[in-house]
Amino acid sequence: MAKQRGAIVVDIERCKGCELCIEACPTSVIRMERKVNGKSYHFAYMENPAECTGCNNCAIVCPDGVISVYRMKVEV
Amino acid sequence: MKMEVQDISKQIIDPKNLVYDRSPLMTDNVLTYCPGCGHGVVHHLMAEVIDEMGIQSETIGVAPVGCSVLAYEFLDVDWLQAPHGRAPAVATGLKRIMPEKYIFTYQGDGDLAAIGTGETIHACNRGEHITIIFINNGIYGMTGGQMAPTTLPGMATSTSPYGRDVSTMGYPIKMTELVAQLPGTYYVTRQAVHKPGNVRKTKKAIQKAFENQKLKKGVSLVEVVSNCNNGWKMTPVKSNTWMEENMFPYYPLGDIKVDGELVK
Repeated sequence: MAKQRGAIVVDIERCKGCELCIEACPTSVIRMERKVNGKSYHFAYMENPAECTGCNNCAIVCPDGVISVYRMKVEV
Repeated sequence: MKMEVQDISKQIIDPKNLVYDRSPLMTDNVLTYCPGCGHGVVHHLMAEVIDEMGIQSETIGVAPVGCSVLAYEFLDVDWLQAPHGRAPAVATGLKRIMPEKYIFTYQGDGDLAAIGTGETIHACNRGEHITIIFINNGIYGMTGGQMAPTTLPGMATSTSPYGRDVSTMGYPIKMTELVAQLPGTYYVTRQAVHKPGNVRKTKKAIQKAFENQKLKKGVSLVEVVSNCNNGWKMTPVKSNTWMEENMFPYYPLGDIKVDGELVK
């Protein structure tokens, strides 16, 4: 069976750690990294990449446009 | 298992699978807004709409004073800066000498609803064929969180530390409902950008507001109820919840005037 699988790429240096993407994610994929970026902000990363469906929700609510979304069908 | 997941993720991250990326109309400058600010989302939506309509070279934005003035750093279209509140007046002049261009103003509530009330109402009353994007966060964000005309009753700001007292400070002004009554407006709506569904609706509203300029039937005004987490002294997530609980009952979302007909 084919399943939609997604992945996000976060532009770490532009991320301001507002956590709105965590709220927007329907499958709880995103968490904040303990490390910080060059501006001392915690940044988003994929904690559960297996759950990502590539729905775009995190990317469109991101005020800084740091998230790129990729999606493809994967045979399971 | 974990290795397998990582392998699949690497496989997915390929240019041919890209479904969403920052609009090419956004410049490479890092947005200087506070973390979680709604301005950024609206900037991206405007960039996407202008890009999808293919009108980058025909669009001129007018940015007045406030946080909204910084838009010219981030959106790769022509911009003109207006004095505080005078964006609709400047846009009027631009549209009259260049009627084929897409002219929009990008204003905050301290600008559009306070110092620029006269310009806004008269531009709407004259029925200029412009688009007004109005970001309403109920506070003066850039200058340090002072009370704006749109501040809610009882809301604490730096100039009303005990909350807005309506007996001496008046009631919040609903500019969008006010201008919807004027015959010069063609499309008036209120949206928000705090949740993915709202963001998609706002994008459609902005697109409609830009497309209406071709019809030459009057002003299209899109109000976006936004947060100002720094001015409200809250975290971004908490400020969005506060906005849902307090701002939306007073500023209900939805279309107010569509195609020149009042719908609410």
